[in-house]
Amino acid sequence: MGKIRFIQGNEAIAEGALAAGARFYAGYPITPSSEIAEIAARRMLEVGGIYLQMEDEIASMAAIIGASCAGSKSFTATSGPGFSLMQENLGLAVMAEVPCVVVDVQRSGPSTGLATKPAQADVMQAKWGRHGDQEIIALSPTSVQECFDLTVKAFNLSERFRVPVILLADEIVGHMRENVEIPDEVEVWPRRLPTVPPEEYRPFRPDADGVPPLAFYGSEYVFHITGSMHDETGYASNDPKNAQRKVQRLHDKIHKNRAHLTFVRTRIPPEAKVVLVAYGVTARSARAAMEMAGPGVGLLELVTLWPFPDEEVREALAGGKVAVVPEMNLGQVGREVSRATSAEVVGVNKANGEPITPYEILDTLKGVM
Amino acid sequence: MATAREYLADWMMPHMWCSGCGNGIVLGALCRVLAELGLGRNEVVITTGIGCWGKADDYMSTSAFHGTHGRALPAATGIKCGNPNLTVLALMGDGDGATIGGNHLIHSARRNIDLTAIVVNNYNYGMTGGQYSGTTPAGKRTTTSPAGNPEREFDLCRVVAAAGAPYVARATVYHVTLMERLIKEAIQKKGFAFVEVASGCPTHYGRLNKIVGPVKMMEWFRDSAVRLGQGEGPLVIGKLVDEDVPDFLERYEALRANTAVDTERDTGR
Repeated sequence: MGKIRFIQGNEAIAEGALAAGARFYAGYPITPSSEIAEIAARRMLEVGGIYLQMEDEIASMAAIIGASCAGSKSFTATSGPGFSLMQENLGLAVMAEVPCVVVDVQRSGPSTGLATKPAQADVMQAKWGRHGDQEIIALSPTSVQECFDLTVKAFNLSERFRVPVILLADEIVGHMRENVEIPDEVEVWPRRLPTVPPEEYRPFRPDADGVPPLAFYGSEYVFHITGSMHDETGYASNDPKNAQRKVQRLHDKIHKNRAHLTFVRTRIPPEAKVVLVAYGVTARSARAAMEMAGPGVGLLELVTLWPFPDEEVREALAGGKVAVVPEMNLGQVGREVSRATSAEVVGVNKANGEPITPYEILDTLKGVM
Repeated sequence: MATAREYLADWMMPHMWCSGCGNGIVLGALCRVLAELGLGRNEVVITTGIGCWGKADDYMSTSAFHGTHGRALPAATGIKCGNPNLTVLALMGDGDGATIGGNHLIHSARRNIDLTAIVVNNYNYGMTGGQYSGTTPAGKRTTTSPAGNPEREFDLCRVVAAAGAPYVARATVYHVTLMERLIKEAIQKKGFAFVEVASGCPTHYGRLNKIVGPVKMMEWFRDSAVRLGQGEGPLVIGKLVDEDVPDFLERYEALRANTAVDTERDTGR
């Protein structure tokens, strides 16, 4: 039995990271994520970890990648503009296959926007913010409890698949306070270390699931990690066949393991003709709107945003159902739903820094029912 | 104990550096120093960014981290924090270390993280064809300053010293014995240690500035370098700063020990 605490989403994220074993935080303060830095600064002192306030988000991202290679589970937290600065080294983490967790507590944009107001507009930035073909995992919490639980999950998926994982929170879940059960222990996925003799270790030679074991710097294993195109040894290689194979594997190790990392919550009554597809804090308004609308409406909550849950969305909308997608942006996930299905998609979109209310969703539901 | 040769990834040869480039001289010195210090290949992590000298990790047999342009220092910072027992060396060119990564350079020096930064300064961006960098002297020609560099150059050692680095030194690829001694001291130094090695790029910088060929470049270093205390000039070589101050992790651990009680009280835990 754990303990119940009445805390903020940002605090739950920091506590989730510590529970998952994170012992290194490097970051640059930005609202509305700053409490994560403040709590990490305090708690790292207590748990024997290290908090580092870097000169910018670029350095923060580089530092957490370095710390992870040296064996310290690491994370950073930021918001939209800082997330933009992290994209360069986030790409490095993808290419070099270094586990780490990036928390993006989304706020209004573009640019400085309504600096402290909520948004859900970094969905595409999470997926396509970097150059090159690549896959990433992104999870979206709807509650303070989920801020804790999904942060733990983010670390586990990160270690399991040797990929940076993004927790796409938003200002509202980051700042709201709710009761959270913090278990005494959480499930922690340990890093898969090499078992071969040191001279046989190849840091980019995958196991059957497409994921290569990763040693720690300073262990008996000597190895090269690089963001340049490389072969299994980790040394540079310009061979086109090798490059194609590498990029394809980065894709496949996520897509072929979708069953282990795609999470949704479905509540679709048999008579439903309309399905709300929602994520993050907006899913809470969607739940309320669904209750008010009656049994003709179902709800699909996307916990995993990337890779996009194509099959789950397709299944939920089968039989000619209409999708209503409320989101605090001009249609980023709505467009993905259209891509994944042949369903009619109606957006409830807002980009003014205010949350979407259940009544706004209800109005749209009435129009399509 | 490993020989200098064993720190070299000889299976990666031939290297891609131009003939007359100073990088091989610095690489050789670095391998000899690692051998003298008797460091295991698994105890050393080389971090690099992008550029000609940023390829150095490809030719080293130690553990290495080849990251993004200008980011060798923050990556090295994370590695050192992740495992403080490691000897971490950030190898950067003047593009990496002084220009795109200038912010990281001054803050790493200020933070006094226990690393060794070796900037091989060839006064231009060699890898991309010889454009001007933050260390290209004012008035000098590069492919992007065809009439001479309109900007002024950084004196890297002065910048890093002003930012608080406890160890700052400069050598040139002509002064190999001095370079080796300084690199060795820098690695042994607790705290942020910075060594600038002035190096020749005959292919781009030399050719465009009428210092034609590797030999002329070497003569330029021989004739323009001034040993510390033996005169003035833009290229003063030797150990410029050597102070003893607690490094970042030492300070962090001291603060951790002192503030444990306060932390408990503040949070009510």
